[in-house]
Amino acid sequence: MTVARRTFLKGTLAVGAVGVAVGAGLLAPRRVLAARPQTAFEAKSVQDALKAVVGTDLTEASGKVKVKAPDIAENGAVVPVTVTAALDGVEAMAIFVEKNPQPLTSSYELSPAALGFVSTRIKMGKTSDVIAVAKAGGKVYSARKEVKVTIGGCGG
Amino acid sequence: MASTIKMRATERDGVVVVKALMAHPMETGQRKDKKTGKKIPAHYITEVVGEHGGKRVMTAYWGPAISKNPYISFKFKGGKKGEKVRLSWKDNKGQSDSKEVAIR
Repeated sequence: MTVARRTFLKGTLAVGAVGVAVGAGLLAPRRVLAARPQTAFEAKSVQDALKAVVGTDLTEASGKVKVKAPDIAENGAVVPVTVTAALDGVEAMAIFVEKNPQPLTSSYELSPAALGFVSTRIKMGKTSDVIAVAKAGGKVYSARKEVKVTIGGCGG
Repeated sequence: MASTIKMRATERDGVVVVKALMAHPMETGQRKDKKTGKKIPAHYITEVVGEHGGKRVMTAYWGPAISKNPYISFKFKGGKKGEKVRLSWKDNKGQSDSKEVAIR
């Protein structure tokens, strides 16, 4: 085998190895397709849920994150919540109901094309703060709003 | 089979707003059947994916605290009228559905 051929084959093998490594997630690009954060959904405190979903429970309260939700929820089973994060590079957002047995309701991974905006409807067991977080530039920003609930929505 | 997803994607000033309503019981697993007294098993959408141009724009991980017949809205840049947006969901029982609409 000539030297050139050996080098060529070595190069091909190296590319193959890199390919396998990327596949195995070892050389993952910055925006990794994460799996569902199951432990976050089982957490019984906002702190534990935060650590499991955004990696930290240290958040900075920010006026750039807004939680729009009714002051009083007619029906705790269907509470509309809209979260906007006026931040550059929002990668992830999450919505918690502080006094729900498992506070995390949902988390969202956003591509660079997506805006820091999500709207949905959640169940609240009783009057509680709704807490929204947005992760951008390595930091986690938060905002909260109290929603009064007259008829609880967790099925109890 | 009829789709469980009603969806609209509208573009304005370069931003596409997607609104979708899904038909799903979103059972928490805590509710009791009034006749038998037994808990109705948890049955809820665990993941919702929004795609445009073959790329994921938004991935939502949901728990049972999302309301029955769930609603979601999200926004992204770069979509043009006529291009397609796809929304897919899957639940904890392995069921799933998907729908594609054109941006208007």
